[in-house]
Amino acid sequence: MTVNFSRSKGLTGQETHYCPGCTHGIIHKLVAESLVELDQLGNTIGCAAVGCSILSYNYFNVDMIESAHGRAPAVATGVKRVHPDKTVFTYQGDGDLASIGTAEIVHAAHRGEKITTIFVNNAIYGMTGGQMAPTTLAGQKVTTAPNGRDANHCGMPLKISEMLAQIPGAAYVARVSVHSPKAVRQAKRAIKKGFAYQLAGIGFCLIEVLSTCPTGWGLSPIDALQWLEENMIPYYPLGVYTSPEEA
Amino acid sequence: MAEMRGTVSIETDRCKGCGLCTVACPAGIIVFKDNSVNAKGYQPVTVSDSEACTGCGSCALMCPDSVITVQRATPERRAVHV
Amino acid sequence: MSKTLMKGNEALALAAIKGGCTHFFGYPITPQNEIPEFLARELPVAGGVFLQAESELAAINMVYGAAATGGRAMTSSSSPGIALMQEGMSMLSAAELPCVIVNVQRGGPGIGSIQPSQADYFQMTRGGGNGDYRIISLAPSTVQEGAEMMLSAFDLADFYRTPVFIVSDGMLGQMMEPVDFPEKVTRPLPAKGWAAVGHGGQRGPNTVKTLALDPDRLEQINNRLQEKYARIAEAESRFEAYQTDDAKIILCAYGSTARIVGNCIDMLREEHIAAGMIRPQTLWPFPNKAFQNLPSGCSRILVVEMSCGQMVDDVRLAVNGRIPVSFYGRSGGIIPHPGELVRQVKTLLGRA
Repeated sequence: MTVNFSRSKGLTGQETHYCPGCTHGIIHKLVAESLVELDQLGNTIGCAAVGCSILSYNYFNVDMIESAHGRAPAVATGVKRVHPDKTVFTYQGDGDLASIGTAEIVHAAHRGEKITTIFVNNAIYGMTGGQMAPTTLAGQKVTTAPNGRDANHCGMPLKISEMLAQIPGAAYVARVSVHSPKAVRQAKRAIKKGFAYQLAGIGFCLIEVLSTCPTGWGLSPIDALQWLEENMIPYYPLGVYTSPEEA
Repeated sequence: MAEMRGTVSIETDRCKGCGLCTVACPAGIIVFKDNSVNAKGYQPVTVSDSEACTGCGSCALMCPDSVITVQRATPERRAVHV
Repeated sequence: MSKTLMKGNEALALAAIKGGCTHFFGYPITPQNEIPEFLARELPVAGGVFLQAESELAAINMVYGAAATGGRAMTSSSSPGIALMQEGMSMLSAAELPCVIVNVQRGGPGIGSIQPSQADYFQMTRGGGNGDYRIISLAPSTVQEGAEMMLSAFDLADFYRTPVFIVSDGMLGQMMEPVDFPEKVTRPLPAKGWAAVGHGGQRGPNTVKTLALDPDRLEQINNRLQEKYARIAEAESRFEAYQTDDAKIILCAYGSTARIVGNCIDMLREEHIAAGMIRPQTLWPFPNKAFQNLPSGCSRILVVEMSCGQMVDDVRLAVNGRIPVSFYGRSGGIIPHPGELVRQVKTLLGRA
């Protein structure tokens, strides 16, 4: 018997605009594979957000709707309320979800919208050139905090998974990473669960994926993986923050 | 346990030379290709010792651009659908 | 005075500091990120406060709060972000709060593109927020002019207790030109006795608000605002006329487009075609006067915009049917070439 690791049918195969080593590519794969394995590819509608992943509609082999910055959960709500039987997801970065989109994600969770949100946290605004995000670490130097994030001036980074897990409507909230093959396998399991729970009609699912931004961080792709492991994981612990299995 | 053997193929012209596969490979057999520039201007990777490949698939797992295909012969395991 | 080569966005940011800005609240959006990035570095050094807001909606409300308490606040954004701020602009106008707002226009509608456009003319001059209000809109056409307009913008805002727009675009924002910062010409400014700063037991409480449930009261407020806008229109409209005295055809353009039209005029003049340009420097108040005393030989006006036609409406209103007004525009972020404008003029003059 042969086991194959190859490009998923859930991806269109179009070459991506992402920087070399950007982990968006890995996360896209995990979403695509999950949808194929759950046999949902033809039944899925994705909501793209504004950020580096704005062009994700060119890469996912599903119908997709562009959303204004931060509004993807509201757009997804509109979609799911019209088609409750479809699989609906949002794919959002940390600027989109944790900055301008905080109201929308909180209320999607609050209402228990049966959608799955893939939240890509790379502690920076990638697309616009490296500004501070709500998830930028204390002391991390970015273009709008050139001396490093100063917690006295603008607070400590936002822990989205912990925050959203407290909302009763949030059924499954997990934080994973993609900095190593082992982490990627765990991330895949969580993402697939996030879609499986949606199929079972359980409730709002969010998977926060710690990711790298080599260009924004000023590091090589390989060094960026190490930076993530050494700096982001201690502040953003991996794990399941709420799950239907606990309830 | 029967020895795992694998075959790796790389779409060289789609490789962005990020190197994530080179650190993911437990056998250390994926390396940047010496003096090589692909059609996109990146230095692509290549397999340095295909005999040593176990077909674990870590390289394919880590590749953000899905340019790596791995086939693994595993006679004693059930096929894992990917 | 020696000049420094600066990017348009950065020149605006430095001019804001020199013009008296104390607080900046903004959000990243292409193609204006150099403004918050410059101010993040330099405003605190100058004793001011920089804060990145969670969204444009939050940013304009931070500006509202800062202005309501006497601060000299500003924000900057680009078209889709400006759209988000419209509610705040209506509030700022209604509450008569001074502030400066920069729009570095990009292609629209929707998320559009990151290339330059002038498709926000309506947003800048027609409101976009609810209710009857006007906002002073300054439209520079060079990096130098942008710096000079910004230098006096905070005083202008304070003088009239009103928001002021600087209408830029992606090309002006990104290009680099030599710029110097002349001494600011100051106006005598009224004290901000109305600001909410704490009454200290010395006076009755100040309230900054826009709610007025009694219709008579709200009409009075609107009349007062309209009277203020009439004063501004009388005193503050600006335009530049280029080679218009003997012009048979006058082109009208603002911002980056005016530079291209200027080149087009020069090319036409070399072929002995008498063309000229009226360049509004304030989009509101619109320089109606410029169109009231057109040279007798002028038989047509051609409005050129990087949009599908927005300022052309104001030109038509100002010309009031006296002579035909045509329009030529490019959208999507495309910048017209002087050559194509020359062809357009020749076609209109029957000399294709």
